[in-house]
Amino acid sequence: MTEEARAFGYLTQPEIRFLDAAVERLIPADELGPGAKEAGVTYFIDQQLASVWGSHGRNYRAGPWPEGTPQQGFQSRLTPREIYRAAIREVNVHCLKRFQKVFEYLAPREQDEVLEGLESGAIELPSLSSKLFFALLLRNAMEGYFADPIYGGNRDKAGWRLIGFPGVPASNYNDLIDEHNVPYRVEPVSILDIQQGKVKLDSQGLPKHVKLKDEERNAR
Amino acid sequence: MSATRLKPVDAVVVGTGIVGSILSKELADAGLKVVALERGRMIDPQHDFASPSTYDELKYDRHSDIFQDLSRETITFRNNARETALPMREMGSFKPGEAVGGTSLHWGTHARRLLPWDFETRSRTVERYGKSRMPAGCTSQDWGLTYDELEPYYDQFEHLYGVGGKAGNLNGEIQPGGNPFEGPRSREFPNPPSPMTYAGTMFANACRELGYHPHVNPVAAQTQAYVNPYKLMLGQCIRGGFCSSHACSMGAKANPLTTVMPALLKQANFELRPLSNVVKVNLDSDRKRATGVTYLDASGREFEQPADLAILAAYTFNNVRLMLLSGIGRPYDPDANRGVVGRNYSYQSAGGVTCFFEEKAFNPFMGGGARGTAIDEYNGDNFDHSGLDFFGGAYVAVASGGAMPIRSIRVPPGTPRWGAEWKRAAARYYQRNLTVRLHGACQSYRQNHLDLDPTYRDANGLPLLRMTFDWGDNERSASAWILGKAEEIARAMNPSRMHAQPTAGHYDIVPYQSTHNMGGAVMGADPATSAVNKYLQSWDVSNVFVIGGSAFPQNSANPPTATIGTLACWAADAIKDQYLKRPGALV
Repeated sequence: MTEEARAFGYLTQPEIRFLDAAVERLIPADELGPGAKEAGVTYFIDQQLASVWGSHGRNYRAGPWPEGTPQQGFQSRLTPREIYRAAIREVNVHCLKRFQKVFEYLAPREQDEVLEGLESGAIELPSLSSKLFFALLLRNAMEGYFADPIYGGNRDKAGWRLIGFPGVPASNYNDLIDEHNVPYRVEPVSILDIQQGKVKLDSQGLPKHVKLKDEERNAR
Repeated sequence: MSATRLKPVDAVVVGTGIVGSILSKELADAGLKVVALERGRMIDPQHDFASPSTYDELKYDRHSDIFQDLSRETITFRNNARETALPMREMGSFKPGEAVGGTSLHWGTHARRLLPWDFETRSRTVERYGKSRMPAGCTSQDWGLTYDELEPYYDQFEHLYGVGGKAGNLNGEIQPGGNPFEGPRSREFPNPPSPMTYAGTMFANACRELGYHPHVNPVAAQTQAYVNPYKLMLGQCIRGGFCSSHACSMGAKANPLTTVMPALLKQANFELRPLSNVVKVNLDSDRKRATGVTYLDASGREFEQPADLAILAAYTFNNVRLMLLSGIGRPYDPDANRGVVGRNYSYQSAGGVTCFFEEKAFNPFMGGGARGTAIDEYNGDNFDHSGLDFFGGAYVAVASGGAMPIRSIRVPPGTPRWGAEWKRAAARYYQRNLTVRLHGACQSYRQNHLDLDPTYRDANGLPLLRMTFDWGDNERSASAWILGKAEEIARAMNPSRMHAQPTAGHYDIVPYQSTHNMGGAVMGADPATSAVNKYLQSWDVSNVFVIGGSAFPQNSANPPTATIGTLACWAADAIKDQYLKRPGALV
């Protein structure tokens, strides 16, 4: 998906800037490859928030809403859309008080300090649990980095390249079962690649994997 | 609003999962006019599960539209009766299905039989270790039927589902390469065993060094192309991952859509009605006989489907809930330990040792569902429990289920959960770890039960089912002790680091564990402690059969699905051979 084709459906510009900065600290760019920002994770989160999931459309949503025990799971009245909207603003208010800058302008070290404060619950937000927001953010960041690129994240299959995941399988895996301890390193194939006609399919409708060259394989 | 009364049929079947599809087929083959009612939508695998749409982890692990839609109906949960149960608002610990084909559309295909001991848990434990071995409040009991009675039906189900495996005990003779602890089987599996992966081979070698008997898991993801007794062709599993929780594009996963439905849908005396949500079994005035069922269609219109025979073949929760909503059988009262419907709810305990290696390449994305290697030395009563503070056990296995990246990245203990260090560890260890996993039994207890919630209701205004459940000390002790054995096996593989995690603390409904919710309408020999007799027939309403995971008096360490399918074959024969000839109580 090209940058021009990305139309944000829910997030506002300040929210996009906040999330770009935050997810990049969760999964930073380094010598191993792109971070979450470049991999489109913010756009992924936007698309998820605009989807049925963003309003918890398949969740049970009737009250009453007591807090419950940790073992009883998610009991907030807020939907993911409402959580992101409230939390981003309130975290920025916290950052202005503490650092006189909003989150995206903080130094990476300061950003990490804020994220750790949200994760542990040490930073208290007025309208919701900071732990709840952080858990959702981390979960969505991981989903956005590793889900199929059809959802707008994992751009150029950055997440799959990082760990060597081939994506949509090829039909030859049964032939390789006795090749013990031999890494299978191929150019990953996504559902998006197949939708866009970028890969050849065999008679079973599965892609033919292209092996990576030795220098790419040995990169990590 | 008054219900539209439809033309009577011979049999109405509630649910189209493993049980409903088999019962519908067998009863239609016997000449009955059968209607199956399914709350979920129709599925045509050629359209709904067309490649490459199924290779989508975000959808099938998190947001799938073949899982139960919790916005309409969920359960409520609490650890104990002192707490207020709250709704399971989001899918987590387990994933019941909602579609034609049921939960088995996304099952992991592990088709292990139960051990003979499992069917006689209480009597054999008391016989060998004395009554004092039963923990306080433990209500685990015998099934009211034996492994030997069920064996021909295990065989029938395995041939219907094309299970691949290697026999360990053929008619009492121990076979090399199989599981020597399994009950005797009358013939070999219909399909060959899956070859061991590299991870499975390492585990097997470590197990052999320690004197154990490793074997591959029996799987219902076809190990070769297969034609089943209904003349349906299943494709070979390509080991491409995206299996458990996912639908299969290859037609290789045995489930109602691949093993039964295409043949059944051609039969003129069978009718399938999807998007038909049964809300009640109707009883006659003396409540001894069902007259049919009431259901709501997709537009919420109410219909009454009269039938001579009602088969409840829904997921565990809905079998129990329908009995409670309809007033079939006496609801369980945990304080008095009286009543039967909702009694003996159980689940599946676990534990695991994740092992990290520096110079390995497991290619963990190659695999599928239940592909894996296991030992059975610590399962059931296969080992002497004298001097131990628990009974029952677990099988210990390394699975090659296809490691999907969102769900399956593991990093060594001490690694941060995010940031640069996490990223380096994820990149390094995704390919270089395996988990020696315990799949453990779960006994039943007075305090763990199902009933109707006093507060929360479904989209139709009916009370939700309430689950009260926590781990017993027996399960925590078993998991901790067997985990010690798993750690010895793990050490023999020489990992650079290990991380062991038993079943401990309180049961938590958030992280995915298994869709093995059992009991609540259990079978047995005594109507005081069971809701259905050994033929899965209601003790109270003899033209109602309640078949499925709901019938397990407690949970074995082994996955339940093959036994659920086997109970369906067993009950179908009882209905055809006995009930139809002389309708009435079979016991």
